[in-house]
Amino acid sequence: MTIRHHIADEILASYASGSLPESWSLLVATHLALCPSCRKAARDAEELGGALLDELTPVDLSEDAFDKLMSKLESAEPEEEAVGAKKQTTEIPSVLPEPLKSYLGGDLHALNWKRLGKGAYHIPITLRNGEGKARLLKVPAGQPVPAHGHRGEELTLVLTGSFTTHQGEFLRGDVEAADDDVEHMPVAGPGEDCICLAITDAPLKFKSLGARIAQPFIGI
Amino acid sequence: MSMHDNISGSGRERSRLRLVVVNNDAPQDLGAPNPEMAEALVEEFDIDDHAACLQAVGAHQDKRAFKSLFSYFGPRVKAYVMRLGCQPGQAEELTQETMIKVWRKASQFDASKSAPSTWIFRIARNQRIDVFRRENRPELDPNDPSLIPEPEEAADSVIEQKQSEMQLLEAMNHLSEDQKAILKLSFFEDMSHGRIAEHLEIPLGTVKSRLRLALGKLRSTLDDSRLPPTDGRRV
Ligand SMILES: [Zn+2]
Repeated sequence: MTIRHHIADEILASYASGSLPESWSLLVATHLALCPSCRKAARDAEELGGALLDELTPVDLSEDAFDKLMSKLESAEPEEEAVGAKKQTTEIPSVLPEPLKSYLGGDLHALNWKRLGKGAYHIPITLRNGEGKARLLKVPAGQPVPAHGHRGEELTLVLTGSFTTHQGEFLRGDVEAADDDVEHMPVAGPGEDCICLAITDAPLKFKSLGARIAQPFIGI
Repeated sequence: MSMHDNISGSGRERSRLRLVVVNNDAPQDLGAPNPEMAEALVEEFDIDDHAACLQAVGAHQDKRAFKSLFSYFGPRVKAYVMRLGCQPGQAEELTQETMIKVWRKASQFDASKSAPSTWIFRIARNQRIDVFRRENRPELDPNDPSLIPEPEEAADSVIEQKQSEMQLLEAMNHLSEDQKAILKLSFFEDMSHGRIAEHLEIPLGTVKSRLRLALGKLRSTLDDSRLPPTDGRRV
């Protein structure tokens, strides 16, 4: 499999820095599972994060911070490996890579598709925090891919089949990026249903700095 | 004065575990090596070497190694989360949670895969997303059979990891002020590119191209030293 349409460096850097919303991160992480090249680029960006952390001017912790931490550790142990043990991975490759598979609760055969019309189906994906939207789309071979947003940016990751736009053909692992300026009318390729992960920009954009700072505290 | 000095006195001093054991034992024990001493000699490590400290914490929950890591990284993690909008009290709490994860996950640290600062950066970043933004952090599963493996696993040595971080910092110094500012905004201000554009009052396209250029420059520095060329075009 050769991926021809990758994720832009600046989006990978946002993923590495942790500033992408969950929906976008889901698509990026799923592409990374399929794309060693972007995986490398994301690791480089994380390395940059580490280097910047090293460079930061330290801010003093409270005097008793270390002792407090040690007593927390002594009273809380043990709780190790719970996360690792919970995740059971099978030997057989699934169509849906992680982390997408876990978000959907299983591989393709386990999914409950909802009818969208014109033979297309979708599954909205539940995120822990609702900024941005993610859904799985299934488009019959030869049919147009339904538009999934009129405002803002959107990314589409192909998982099975293919679709074609004026930018060319998009196969498994390829990512199409579209924004307001791009006239895009993807059409699913022949022979196989096209299943793709589509994410759209956050519905709400906080313009003012005040709102941005307040946002984490008022919980929107 | 940084917390580093507060906690460990002269943090730069090179002390070794062996010396501590010797100091704690009565002088007459020196002549007759006991099993405890023999073990301590095997576990000798440089207290200022973060990778060695992480390994010591991972291998036998070494508290001195952990204290050294805490002294160095704790105040930096606090600075990091405060730059991202945390109040001091919450920042302190997040730092504690991050360092608890460092303690618990230390055995998973692999010096051939990442520098200690990168490894701890990831934990701090994820902790902040979890607690502060109340979001999940979707990540690939390295054991997923669907994962497409690297064409050939470039096994970087520990030394190469360290070098690449130094080269990265060196390369950063060669970026323009504009490019540096954008990199820092995107890592430390939790801004989407749209918000960075508003903040700097420049068009979104300029933010993206500036960031792309800065990353490209850094990447080419790394590529020269260790990375295979990337294939394909990036959209
Ligand atoms: Zn890619």
